[in-house]
Amino acid sequence: MASYLVKRLLLMLLTLFGMSVLIFVMLRLVPGNIADIVFEAAGMIDDADKAQIEAELGLDQPIIVQYLQWIGGLVQGDLGFSYVSEKPTIEEIGPRIPITAKLALMALIFSIVLGLPLGVISAVRQNTKLDYALRVISLSGLSLPSFWLALLILMFCVQYFGTIPIYTRPPDTLWDELLLYSIPAAAVGFRSSALIMRLTRSSMLEVLRQDYIRTARAMGASNTSVNYYHALKNAVLPVTTIIGIEAAFLIGGLIVTETVFNIPGVARFLVEAILWRDYPIVQNLVMFIALVVVVVNFLVDLLYVVLDPRIKYAD
Amino acid sequence: MSPMTAQIAEKVEAAPRRRSIGEVVLTVDDLQTVFYTRAGMVRAVDRVSFALKAGETLAIVGESGCGKSITALSLLRLIPDPPGRIVGGKVVLEGTDLLSLSEPAMRKVRGNRVSMIFQEPMTSLNPVLTVGRQISQALMMHQGMSKAAAMERAVEMLRLVKVPEPAQRVKEYPHQLSGGMRQRVMIAMALSCNPRVLIADEPTTALDVTIQAQILDLILELQNQLGTAVILITHDLGVVAETAQRVIVMYAGRKVEEATVEELFARPLHPYTRGLMASIPRLGLMRNQTVETGRLQEIPGMVPPLFDLPAGCAYAPRCALADDRCRAEYPPFEEKRDAHWAACWHAGE
Repeated sequence: MASYLVKRLLLMLLTLFGMSVLIFVMLRLVPGNIADIVFEAAGMIDDADKAQIEAELGLDQPIIVQYLQWIGGLVQGDLGFSYVSEKPTIEEIGPRIPITAKLALMALIFSIVLGLPLGVISAVRQNTKLDYALRVISLSGLSLPSFWLALLILMFCVQYFGTIPIYTRPPDTLWDELLLYSIPAAAVGFRSSALIMRLTRSSMLEVLRQDYIRTARAMGASNTSVNYYHALKNAVLPVTTIIGIEAAFLIGGLIVTETVFNIPGVARFLVEAILWRDYPIVQNLVMFIALVVVVVNFLVDLLYVVLDPRIKYAD
Repeated sequence: MSPMTAQIAEKVEAAPRRRSIGEVVLTVDDLQTVFYTRAGMVRAVDRVSFALKAGETLAIVGESGCGKSITALSLLRLIPDPPGRIVGGKVVLEGTDLLSLSEPAMRKVRGNRVSMIFQEPMTSLNPVLTVGRQISQALMMHQGMSKAAAMERAVEMLRLVKVPEPAQRVKEYPHQLSGGMRQRVMIAMALSCNPRVLIADEPTTALDVTIQAQILDLILELQNQLGTAVILITHDLGVVAETAQRVIVMYAGRKVEEATVEELFARPLHPYTRGLMASIPRLGLMRNQTVETGRLQEIPGMVPPLFDLPAGCAYAPRCALADDRCRAEYPPFEEKRDAHWAACWHAGE
C-alpha cells in the first residue's frame, strides 16, 4: 500500500506537470495577448506602448523563460498578479473558490441523492411504466445542456413566481445560501444525476441476478434490505467511478451556469480571464482545477478499497 | 441385482442411519409451479407431493432441468414472478400452509423455520459483506438479537460447522475463504436460527471430491444434533446412498418414483431410475472391462423440452420398454410394492 501511494503521488505530479505545459502553451497559441485586447478595446494600436506593456508583463521573453518563471513562482507559492486588476492572483481567486466549491458540492450531492435511489427503483421495477418514465427523464437529463436547462428554470421561475433568488451580495445565513445555490446546483447536477441513475440501474440489474441475492432472500431479508443493502452495496462500485469523473465535469457545467445565474464563482471568473488573456489568473486557476480533479480521482481510487474488500493495492 | 446396485446397496447398509425420526413437519401436496416463457407455458413442477419427518433426510434426484431445484425454491416461495408462478397445491409446515401466507409472514419463515443452502458456495455469499455480518443478519432479523449477540452467535455457529479460528473468520470476506469453507459458512448461516427444515440444493456439486464427503458428513452430523429435517437435492446417486432415508426420483417436472433408499437401490422400478443407476461410473468395472461391457451406460436422448412434452409418459422417447400405451397415456403414480411408488406402465420389468 505504501509504495502504491508513493507511485500514485508521483503520477499525480507528472499529470499536473503535463497539465501545466498544456495550459501554458495553449494559452499562448490563442491569438492576441492582454496588450492586444486592451488596445482593441480602445480602438487604437500604438506599437511602442504595446511593446512597453509586453515588456512590463514579461511577455516579450522567450516562452520557455516565461514558463520557468511561472512554475518557479508557483513552487514558491507566488502566483503572480492579475494583468487586469493588478491585484495578487491569490486575492482574486481565493474568495471565489468557496462559492464554486459549495455550488459543486451541492450539485454533486443533488445528483447522488436523486440518481442513486431512482436508479435502484428503476432496476427493481424493471420494464414497468415507472421504469420507462424514469428512463425517459434520465435520457432527457443527459441530452439537455445545463446552461439551457438553467435558462428554462430561470424563465419558469420568473414567469410563475415572478422572482428567483439571485446573487447580489454574499448571503448572510446558511438558509439564504442554500436557497441561492439550490437552483443552479440542480441545473448542473441534473445531468450527473441522470448518468448516475442510468448506471445504477444497469449495475443493479446485473447484481440482482446474482446468487447471493437469492441467498439473502432465502434467509428472509425484506425487499428493502435486499435492494438497498445487499444489492446496492455491490452495485455502487461502478457508480463510484462515474461520480468521480462527474465531479470533474461539474466544473465545466458550472462555467455556464455561474454565468446564467450571475454567481461570482471561479468558473465564471475563468471565462472572463480567458477573454482578457489574463495569463496568471487562467494558468493558476486551471492548475487549481486540475489539482482538484486529480485529487478527487485519487480519493475515488482509495474509496474502492473501502467499498470493495476484494480490491487491494499491492506493493 | 446388478453389481452396481449391489455396490450401492452396500453403501446404504454402511451409512449411519438416523436414530430419531419424528413427526411429519412438512407436507407438500400437489405442488404445481409453471413458467410463462415465449415458447409457451412450462410446467416445471407438476403435481408433486411428499411428506418430510423431523430428523429425516429426503433426497430428490434427477437430471438437470427435471424440476428438483424449482421444487425447492417453490417451498420457500422464491420463484421469480414473472416469469414463474406457483399455481396450485399446498406446502404445509407444522400446520401452516406457506402458500397462503402474506409476504411479510413468509419472510419470517425463510431462513428461520425453513432455510436453504445452494450449489455454488463461490457465488452464494455476498462479496462485500463479512462472513459474520451475513450470518448475524438472519439472527438479528428472526431472533431479534442485538448486533453484538448475533455476532457472538455467528462465531459459535462457525465453530459448530468446524471452521478453524472462528473468531478471526467472522471478520473475513468470502473471497478470503476456500470453496469448502464458504459452504460451511452457508451451512452455518442456514442453521443459525435452528430451522425445522433445511433444503440443500446440490450442496456438494461444486466442491472437490475430498471436501464433498466432509460437507455431507457435517450436514448429517448437525442434522443429528439439531433434529432438522433435510431435503437433499442432488443428481448424484452415490450421495443419496450415503445420506438419505427416502428418495424421490423426478423426471420432467414430475415424480416418477419414490421409495426408501434400501428399496430403491435394491429394486428400482422405473426404467429412468435404472438408467440413472447404470450411468454411474464404477472403478471395479473399469479395471477388468472389455470393450463391449466396459463402456459406461448412458440414457439415450435428452430430457424433452418442458413446453413440448409428449402426450403420454415423458420418458417414453428415451425408454427401451416404451410401447404405444406409454406414448399415449401418462402412467398413474401407484404403490407398486410396499412403500414403493412409481409412475410406469412397465414398472419392474
